[in-house]
Amino acid sequence: MSSFWSAWIIGLTVISLVLLCWLLFGTRKIPVDKDKDTTGHVYDGIEEYDNPMPSWWINMFVISIVFGVFYLLFYPGLGNFKGLLNWTSASEWEADVVEAKSKAESFYVAYANTPIPALAEDATAMRVGKRIFSNNCATCHMVDGSGAKGYPNLTDDDWLYGGSPEQIEATLVNGRVAAMPAWESALSVAELDNLTRYVKSLSQPAEAGENAASRAMQGAEQKYLAMCSACHGESGEGNIAFGAPALNDDTWLYGGREVEIRHSIAKGRRGVMPAQAEILGEQKIHLLTAYVYQLSRQ
Amino acid sequence: MKHDVVEKNIGLMIVLIVVAISFGALVELVPLFFQKQMTEPVEGVRPLNGLELTGRDIYIREGCNTCHSQMIRALRSETERYGHYSVAGEYVYDYPFLWGSKRTGPDLARVGGRYSDGWHRAHLFNPRDVVPESIMPGYAWLFDNDIDAQGVQKKMRALRKVGVPYTDDDIAAAPASVDGKKEIDAMVAYLQQLGTSIKYKR
Repeated sequence: MSSFWSAWIIGLTVISLVLLCWLLFGTRKIPVDKDKDTTGHVYDGIEEYDNPMPSWWINMFVISIVFGVFYLLFYPGLGNFKGLLNWTSASEWEADVVEAKSKAESFYVAYANTPIPALAEDATAMRVGKRIFSNNCATCHMVDGSGAKGYPNLTDDDWLYGGSPEQIEATLVNGRVAAMPAWESALSVAELDNLTRYVKSLSQPAEAGENAASRAMQGAEQKYLAMCSACHGESGEGNIAFGAPALNDDTWLYGGREVEIRHSIAKGRRGVMPAQAEILGEQKIHLLTAYVYQLSRQ
Repeated sequence: MKHDVVEKNIGLMIVLIVVAISFGALVELVPLFFQKQMTEPVEGVRPLNGLELTGRDIYIREGCNTCHSQMIRALRSETERYGHYSVAGEYVYDYPFLWGSKRTGPDLARVGGRYSDGWHRAHLFNPRDVVPESIMPGYAWLFDNDIDAQGVQKKMRALRKVGVPYTDDDIAAAPASVDGKKEIDAMVAYLQQLGTSIKYKR
């Protein structure tokens, strides 16, 4: 702050304090005769006594002014004068953060080298893991980790990007971006319908070769092998390298009804797991990995 | 001065009242107009593009700021949840600012990049689909409403008059950026850039 504005603030603040004191004491009225002094207002013969302000009010005023003077002495308020305590909101926040970090540090350090499976058995660690999960993950994966449409269920043992501790940790640290392309422009309406039915049939047990025959007849199988199998596998087993879901089980990330499958094929899907490395940091992610790891093992 | 003089001259009383109440503003507000901390953007802050600006106006129209603040205070409990506390230089292009005063929902000052675009769309369509305990209303009509492409330029010109540094190119490019988009696209674009100019420090 330039010295002009600093002087401006100090000047006006001091002047206003002095004016207030003058207003309070300079214009104070000491009653001579309580019953005789009137303000001179007369309405319908009713007069108003000119009594002084009540003492509790005057005292409050004085206390406020004294408080104000001490406040301005100890805390930053007068322009560039930093106050005797050298207090700033940023430094108080920093001190709080440092204190909390050092407390947390000692807690997390104890677990930093514990392998994930062992950590998953530790009740205290998992209680903290649950907190971290609730604060950061529950928005999409729900409080109990059961997921929602478009957001994977973490409590089943079906993993898009793999369920080993290392794979879970990698997902948390770097995030994941899935890219199911939109096939709308490459397929005719009939082909899209057939392919939808074919994909749905992958998760249903083939009925005595009948399904397989009808699939092949409609040419959907060729389409599937040409367009989908690179990621989803020839029999729909999925691929964790791309986060391509298995299509031959009964877990459907975006819904298993025909309209939903059709939409997935036509419009594509872009599932995004945001990277947590910067937000949570290594130690919390380690605990969180263990928490997510044990979710599907209960 | 006797107070009956003041009481009987209403003009004088008005003048004295204005003098008395102007001290606060003169000390606490006026100097801020001339502080670089308040008037210059922090590094990384840029004017919103046409799509984001449209989203911002939808944010205002739907009254999001009634329930969501955009102001993280310098308290550990807040920075732990929301990210780095807000600084004045982040709001220099906000006309009007959307700090809000009440948090029925969470603070949104740094919501940008926290969730995927898809999450925002699902959440705005029906919040209960992704957060079962949410009491936020759904905004399904955002998915149907088109954006008025010509209005965007007018808004940008108006903002330029009050000091947002839009270039002629920015304004010329605006209609193309909202062309064929629905209101939901603008809304998500606006939300996804909120508070991203300062890196997380958690």
